[in-house]
This record gives sequence, C-alpha cells and structure tokens, in this order.
Amino acid sequence: MVREVYITETNCITPIGFDVAANIKNILGSVSGIQLHNNLELMKTPYYASMLNNDEIKVAFAKISSIKNYTRLEKMMILALNPIVKKAKLDKRTGFILSTTKGNITALENPTSANFQKAHLSQLAKNVADFFGFKTEPIVVSNACVSGILAVSVAKRLIQSEMFENVFIVAGDEVSEFVLSGFNSFQAMSDCPCKPYSKNRNGVTLGEATAAVLVSSDKENAKIKIIGDGSINDANHISGPSRTGEGLFRSIESALTEANINSNQIDYISAHGTATPFNDEMEAITFNRLGLENVPVNSLKGFYGHTLGASGLLETVIGIQSVIENKLFVSLGFDEIGVSEPITIIENNSDKEINYFLKTASGFGGCNTAVLFEKVN
Amino acid sequence: MSENKTFIQSICTIQNSEIILDGETIFKMEPTSFSDFSKKAYQDFEVNYPKFFKMDSLSKLAFLGAELLLKNEIDDLKENNIALIFSNNSSSLDTDIKYQKSISDAENYFPSPAVFVYTLPNICLGEISIRHQLKSENSFFIFEDFNPAFMMKYASVLIDSKKADKVLCGWVEYLDEKYKVFLYLVGREGIIEHKIETLITEFNKQLWKH
Repeated sequence: MVREVYITETNCITPIGFDVAANIKNILGSVSGIQLHNNLELMKTPYYASMLNNDEIKVAFAKISSIKNYTRLEKMMILALNPIVKKAKLDKRTGFILSTTKGNITALENPTSANFQKAHLSQLAKNVADFFGFKTEPIVVSNACVSGILAVSVAKRLIQSEMFENVFIVAGDEVSEFVLSGFNSFQAMSDCPCKPYSKNRNGVTLGEATAAVLVSSDKENAKIKIIGDGSINDANHISGPSRTGEGLFRSIESALTEANINSNQIDYISAHGTATPFNDEMEAITFNRLGLENVPVNSLKGFYGHTLGASGLLETVIGIQSVIENKLFVSLGFDEIGVSEPITIIENNSDKEINYFLKTASGFGGCNTAVLFEKVN
Repeated sequence: MSENKTFIQSICTIQNSEIILDGETIFKMEPTSFSDFSKKAYQDFEVNYPKFFKMDSLSKLAFLGAELLLKNEIDDLKENNIALIFSNNSSSLDTDIKYQKSISDAENYFPSPAVFVYTLPNICLGEISIRHQLKSENSFFIFEDFNPAFMMKYASVLIDSKKADKVLCGWVEYLDEKYKVFLYLVGREGIIEHKIETLITEFNKQLWKH
C-alpha cells in the first residue's frame, strides 16, 4: 500500500504580502509586485523586477528574532517557515528540504573566505535549519527553475519511502546583479512587466520571494493531497526547451499514470509561463499534445516575476488557495494569444469547482517537473 | 511501498588524475591540471563528442563518469529509463566564481551566456541526458558530505515506484582544481546489495585510500 501524502500548511513572503491571505487579496485586486527599478548597483540600466523592500524584511524579522547576522535571504526564508514550524514538534522523523537556485550568491561580490563559505548552499541550509532546531540533515534541491516544485515531489517520495513522517520545505531566491546580468546576457529580459503567453511578450521579469509548506503523511488539517509527479529531462538542449516539449509531456504523463486519472479530469493548470518566446510556445504545444488546451491555465509571473527556485513552490501555495476557494486567478499581463496552438488563458478572476490541479515548471538543463494535486474533502 | 531488493551494478571513482572502474584503475596520469587530465581521459576513451570541450569542469567530470558507467548500458534501439540523481557540496561554485569575476570589474564587464548557463549544478545532468538520450527522472542535491542514507532511499523509491528502471547516482564534486567522483549504477539485478552500509564502505574505500 502506497502511503498517502498531503500538504497541511503553507506560507509565503513576497512583495505583495507577508502571508498567504495578503497575497490572495492582492491577486484578486490585480496588484503586481513588479515595478521599474533604477538601482545602478544591480544593473546599469533601469529594469523591471518584483523585489522585496529591505525595511519591511528587517521590521518583520525583528519581531521574531534579535539575531543580526543572518543574510537577507536567510531572513526571508526564516520568515516564511516561522509560522508553520513553530506549531510543530521536530524529531528524527521530520525532514527539512531547502530549495534554491542561487542561494546566498551575493556573498561572492565581496570575496572573503567567510563570504565564500556563506555562498555554499549547505551553509545556507544549516543556518536556516539551526534557527528552528531541525533534528535531521537538511536536503538542498538545486535543480534550476524547477527546484521549488521538485522539492514537493522529493518530499512526497521520501515520505512514501518511510524515511520521514513529515517534511518542511522552504524555497527562495533573490534578485541579484548575478542573475540580472546573466538573464540579460541571454537577451531574455523583458523591457516591460512580463506578459506570459501574449503576442508581444519579449522575455522574463525577475522576482524574489520565499515560500514554505509542510508535507505530511497525516491527513489532519490537510489542505490538499499530492497524487502524482514526474521530473523528466528533455535530453535536447541545456539552455532552451525542447520544441516538442518532450520532457514536460512525459513528466505530466508520469504524474497522470501514478495518480491514475485522465488528462480530461484536470480542472486547472498553474503553468511556468516565463514569457520568453520559446518557453511559452513549448508549454502550449505540450498542453495540446495532452488534450489540455481547454483547461484554464495561468502563469503567476505577472504578479511575482520569475522567482527562480522559489517559483514552483510559491505558485503551488497560490494554486492550493485556488482549489480551496474554488477560484481561478487572472493570468496578469496577458492581452492577445501569442502561442501557435490554442490554450485557455484565465483572463479574469472567476469561480470554478476545482478538484484536480496540475502544477508544472521547466528550466535550464532541460529539466521539467509536473505535480498533480487533488482536493481534500 | 514494496521493499524489493536493489543492487549496485557498477562503481566509478575519479580523483587525483586517476579513474577507477569497479576496483580497477583504467586511466591514470602523473599529477596535472584538471583540464589536461580530462582532455587526455576523453582521448583515451575515444569518446568523440566535441561538445565536451564547451562544458565547464563539473560537467566534464560528471560526463566522464557517466560515460564509463553507461557505455554498456545504453541500447540505442530502445528507451533507456535510467534516472540521474547526483549530489555534491560546492554546487556550481567553481563556475559561479568565474562568472562573478566577469561582472565585478566595471572596466572588464563581460557577462557571457556560455558561462552563465553553467552556474547551475544540474546542467551536468542535462549534458549527460543529451549525450545518452535519457528522457528520464533527474535531480541534483547539495549536502555537506556524501549522504548515503538519502541517496539509498531516493534511488530505491524511484525504482520501486517504477519511475525508473535503473538509477545512476552518486557524488560529483569540483572546486578549484580539486575533484572527486563517486558514481554508481543501481538496478534490480546484481551481486552487491544496495544498502547504506555498502555505500559508506565503498565510498570510503574508493575515495580515501590515497
């Protein structure tokens, strides 16, 4: 008998709110975290990004700890985990997964040996874990832009393997000179707030956020059930998606097979939608190959930008609220369809009974992840 | 979940200019730079895959290990469902530092997409997937040290849940000319049982004997 696995707690720290309720309120009001920034230290030209305010992080963190030497990202991660960890009893059966792409990469800007140590992801995980006193070694998932949703899949599998009874996940990434210059070197940055799936989309808007969830074998207080997953490589290109979406197609198929449901049962898709020409096109092709073209789909990048290793978990947290509240949230930034195959973009907030929810993500290295969720009655 | 047995079918270690496959030294050089060592090993194994020379050091290292373990495993005529589960301590820091240098000095500001793409540890999984056409499960994990308990559980659950037929897994660490590879192939058949204790023994035996 395969164990059943649930998500029982969620939280997020984003530019549009420091808890889930505040985020949902702003999403319903079409309030985006994306703004034009003119910070010469991060980039020589003005850029759009969804960024957290330093003072707000400081004020919120001061309410839970007086310790000063945490990095900005560590504070953001601790803030996301704190309300859900403080209720729990931590023992050897409680796992901790940290998901990030670049972690404390800003530490490399000033190359001292202490900063070099700080830039190690295991050090970041240890600092966050020690704040809460986890009793097991942190597991860091660093698998490009699928990291956040892959962490959910990893937690589920580890609970099914009986290694843990429950697993806390935190996912986070910051906007830094490092990632801004990198995406810019790929000419992948949008010159306006990103417009996923739109005709005039021209690239990503970067963002920063943290999100946290508790994954558990215990159904009590369950918000949603995790029923299938897949994380399959395109085997095609390291910096661009497969034109046919082969890896994403197989990831979703793998999740459907495990969940033992048909694609026509899916009620809502929270897709990756970075607003690069290739990514969005690839997703549209994949969804059509699976007969998912009429399923309502959104990308939340119009609210948060692309938050890299945080995005998959953050968007899952919001998607879970869609299922609980039976509400489809607008795919902000969308105007006119700009992919070659038809998909059903959510253009207005609306009510819909949602039983099955699919979350997908794709990233550099040809990686893809799909996780299927089912409403808990 | 059903606890069917899994086995370690083959092990490859690389460090100090030496490559050992299943206990036998198959390539060795006098101490030299990693770039020299990896190029000579590539030539010695007659790989013939020019993309190798565009890779960063972490990807070259992972690529060489995978090449030796998968050479006799891949059947070009069918799908090979071999998952890739890799881990290390330093993530992609070696290339991160190189990239950071390209943006730190305003006089020499030259961020390159060809370098930036390698500032993710999982790129090496993409390189191996492309080389062997593995459309399979893949993930990269970071730990302070090789974590046999986690690796054993995760590889087993992939096979038990039929997400993969076999799993190529292990440790691929590269930072500033220091490197260590401990990669092994796990499947349903074999002689060495896939257990935490075995992984600890093999890891220690192979990597610390120098």
